[in-house]
Amino acid sequence: MIYLQLFISFFKIGLFGFGGGYAMLPLIQNEVVDKHGWMTLQEFTDIVAVSQMTPGPIGINSATYVGYTATQSIWGSVIATFAVCLPSFIIVLLIVRSYKKFRTNKYVNDAFKGLRPATVGLIAAAALLLMNQENFIDYKSIIIFVVAFVATMFLKLHPILMILLAAVAGLIIY
Amino acid sequence: MNLYWQIFFVFAKIGTFTIGGGYAMLPLIQREVVDRKQWISKDDFVDMIAVSQTVPGILAVNIAIFTGHKLKNNTGSIVATLGAVLPSFLIILAIAMFFRQFMDNIWVQKMFNAIRPAVVALIAVPVFTTAKTVGVNIKTIIIPIASAFLIWYWGVSPIYIILIAGLGGLIYGIIERR
Repeated sequence: MIYLQLFISFFKIGLFGFGGGYAMLPLIQNEVVDKHGWMTLQEFTDIVAVSQMTPGPIGINSATYVGYTATQSIWGSVIATFAVCLPSFIIVLLIVRSYKKFRTNKYVNDAFKGLRPATVGLIAAAALLLMNQENFIDYKSIIIFVVAFVATMFLKLHPILMILLAAVAGLIIY
Repeated sequence: MNLYWQIFFVFAKIGTFTIGGGYAMLPLIQREVVDRKQWISKDDFVDMIAVSQTVPGILAVNIAIFTGHKLKNNTGSIVATLGAVLPSFLIILAIAMFFRQFMDNIWVQKMFNAIRPAVVALIAVPVFTTAKTVGVNIKTIIIPIASAFLIWYWGVSPIYIILIAGLGGLIYGIIERR
């Protein structure tokens, strides 16, 4: 039952998504591309691009998008988006009365000493997983990657501007 | 205006005008919720952000749940989350309905051929910036390297990596305090 699978997948993504949108990417990719094949890796990359240019968190955007493409129905979007938010609800409502204590809790802080460096690895995994032949079709792709990396990392070019420039470059060189 | 509607509209505004996700949303959330509406004090807001980053899930959603709860308990949480989620939900739904047709266009394909490697670069950049903010050093650098490699090369589920990293930190902390 696809609606149940969507619910479970996005509930897991919401439950284990630590460290912000980019760190959630390998989790989403694992469920949506590898396990269930609801979209190709190329489509997944496209939706990351679209997410960068539209409002809202990538977790919500991917849930809404995948929910629709997997079922061809608005209900798929509703269920996936609801499922990705649900763990947050449960957890926040459990700790909301004692969140100040939670913040200074030594065990929580200990766990985060391991989790924080791991989120860097999660983001790296997302980048590595997307470096495949679907996204890098020829030597020009590599040049675009290097230029885009330098421009965002060192010249602090805004991500939206970066994507727009890449789009223009694509029209010219392909 | 009824407080529920106010909560809804404030978060809908935040959801509509922040492109690029949670961290980009923080200044706008602060301006609306702390400075303009004065629903929460600055100190409480700082605490809330810290806890919202500690619990799993989408940062903006966590903050919406917290703020909503502070104002109107559980119903407040639901209203705030609906407000935060609805704008991107509607936009992405519209895109999802037409994206495949849109992708059939030859010019769109040309654009996306170049956009894809650029997006990979956009994801590669925060690997280094996050490593810096998190304070990865020569002692801890093995953690991100091992995690990335396990996921990418051996196809280990990121869920296991998160569980192991959290447990590892916990055990390390307990041993260290002995």
